[in-house]
Amino acid sequence: MNRIEETFRRLSAAGETALVGFVTAGDPDAERSLAVCAALCAGGVDVLELGVPFSDPTADGPVIQRAAARALAAGTDLAAVLHMARRLRAGHSVPIVLFSYYNPILAYGAEAFHRDALEAGADGVLIVDLPPEESAELTSRWPDRRLALIRLTTPTTPPGRMRAIAASASGFIYHVSRLGVTGGRGPDLTGIERQVAALRAVSTLPVCVGFGIAQPEEAAAVGRLADGVVVGSAFVQTIAEAADDPGLAERVRRQAERLKGALPRKQ
Amino acid sequence: MRPSPAPAPAALPDDRGHFGPFGGRYVAETLMPALLELEGAFRRFSADPAFARELAGLLADFAGRPTPLLFAERLSAHAGGAAIFLKREDLAHTGAHKINNTLGQVLLARRMGKRKVIAETGAGQHGVATATAAARFGLSCRIFMGVEDIRRQATNVQRMRLLGAEVVPVAAGGGTLKDAMNEAMRAWVDTVDDTFYVIGSVAGPHPYPLMVREFQTVIGREARAQILAAAGRLPDALIACVGGGSNAIGLFHPFLEDGVALIGVEAAGEGVDSGRHAATLGRGTVGVLHGSKSFVLQTPAGQIREAHSVSAGLDYPGVGPEHAWLKETGRARYVAVTDAEALAAFRLLCRLEGILPALESAHAVAWALREAAARPAEAIVIVNLSGRGDKDLAIVAGPEAGMQEEKTA
Repeated sequence: MNRIEETFRRLSAAGETALVGFVTAGDPDAERSLAVCAALCAGGVDVLELGVPFSDPTADGPVIQRAAARALAAGTDLAAVLHMARRLRAGHSVPIVLFSYYNPILAYGAEAFHRDALEAGADGVLIVDLPPEESAELTSRWPDRRLALIRLTTPTTPPGRMRAIAASASGFIYHVSRLGVTGGRGPDLTGIERQVAALRAVSTLPVCVGFGIAQPEEAAAVGRLADGVVVGSAFVQTIAEAADDPGLAERVRRQAERLKGALPRKQ
Repeated sequence: MRPSPAPAPAALPDDRGHFGPFGGRYVAETLMPALLELEGAFRRFSADPAFARELAGLLADFAGRPTPLLFAERLSAHAGGAAIFLKREDLAHTGAHKINNTLGQVLLARRMGKRKVIAETGAGQHGVATATAAARFGLSCRIFMGVEDIRRQATNVQRMRLLGAEVVPVAAGGGTLKDAMNEAMRAWVDTVDDTFYVIGSVAGPHPYPLMVREFQTVIGREARAQILAAAGRLPDALIACVGGGSNAIGLFHPFLEDGVALIGVEAAGEGVDSGRHAATLGRGTVGVLHGSKSFVLQTPAGQIREAHSVSAGLDYPGVGPEHAWLKETGRARYVAVTDAEALAAFRLLCRLEGILPALESAHAVAWALREAAARPAEAIVIVNLSGRGDKDLAIVAGPEAGMQEEKTA
């Protein structure tokens, strides 16, 4: 059983909602990013998403665009992100999901990426711009399914397509709660409730909901409807504001703690 | 100089939008249903005679088609070899070939019930053509344009605003076409339920490379009939500039099955070895950018590089996937022309033929001089004069032009 599956099983047994935390790896540089990730874990993040910075992040809003630019300026590439994952893995058992655009992985090579990601201790990968129609070119070159390929569903995903996506997904399903890019306005609870119900009808995988969730109250409200809540831009914004503050890691830890603390217990 | 015998399957792309290993749909999941809907609508309406009639009527009465095929007598004499013919897309309404595609896509948007359109633009020609078609049909229109391009193509910004479009400045990256396309894709993800994205090149996710090609092949179909009428035979070579590659595909495609040399001219900027160029097919590697797999200018780690060209319309680190396929199969050949050569060709065409070409098209003219010189007098070369150069006067007359010419002279 891989760490993702194990984590959701444990949380479910304990009646907990998962906090999935995203940061762009290497933002603002490798050392501080590593400290931030450790702080997220200490603050109660259950699944860590490490964003691989890309020059042309067409699915991201301004906050994560700027984070990618900072990380790239600090020399972060996919190899550096894998190195970070390896260093994190040395001290943490948190599931690590690499969150990337396709081109850096294509440039790295399908087989090499699979091998090195697993070797670094990553548990899954989510590729924003690689829909099921195109993903066979990558996964057909993987020798096994130990690296989970996390699939996305969105408010525009029709039921038939949702079923097909769920059938090919592993780990958990990342449900994008609204149209648009990352960050920005808050969640649409009515929509989420309907969409998560539709997902439940076609999949037994845990469902995590993200996009536009920043505040503990928002996390709490969404948490009542899903197995996990993804928070990204809010953490990244803290990094942007406190990059040069020696208390950066502590601020991130407290932010994660507040979010995790707000998530509902289910029994 | 005959093309290689590799078959050129005019039947591509396949039903998932692949041209061999290129093309496809590499987009965020939010956009997939919209692309599938668009593909269905395009296939349905492009098979509908009423749609074809309406588009043909607009191309004739609104866009001013057919555009002439002109024998460039003095330019040919200057080159000293083959006869050079110019396909006069500069005479189409709004001053470039872009209107062929925007009329088609806006008609499609109307039939799909979309009342809002968005588009990216580099030189501003596609933005103007989109704003024009939107004005003609009363659709609301937002155009994304890089701040660097807004600076160097100011007259086109004024034109778009006069046509009722909102021009959204994009400051990210180098402030050029790539950044404008990033922002247009973000805006589309945000508004995909009621907005039609009018892509201006044969780039982007399927079905755009197919759809834009189909709307642009009117160039090649006309040119084929016109040269047969004028010379009684097919040409020996076709020459067109390639940024994303829509005017080139539009000219080339109806000749794919003929033994006609196809030559795409990329922007060499300050020289292909300078690191400041837009020769994506010449110097790029295979990657995924803006929704399709093709050649891109990128680092070994897969980060997209900034392109450079004096011509905003060619200043793009990607290229349409069908061009990648034509290159791989050897059916087309891709060459590059520097900023300085393009500027010199611009001036030459003004003086010899009384035509101010767009700086993009001037790249094709520059290569045509070499190509014609290398061929016998009885040979025929057709150059796609994809746009007119009024928009470029500030660049051609400005200090930048002198610098460019000195730098690479």
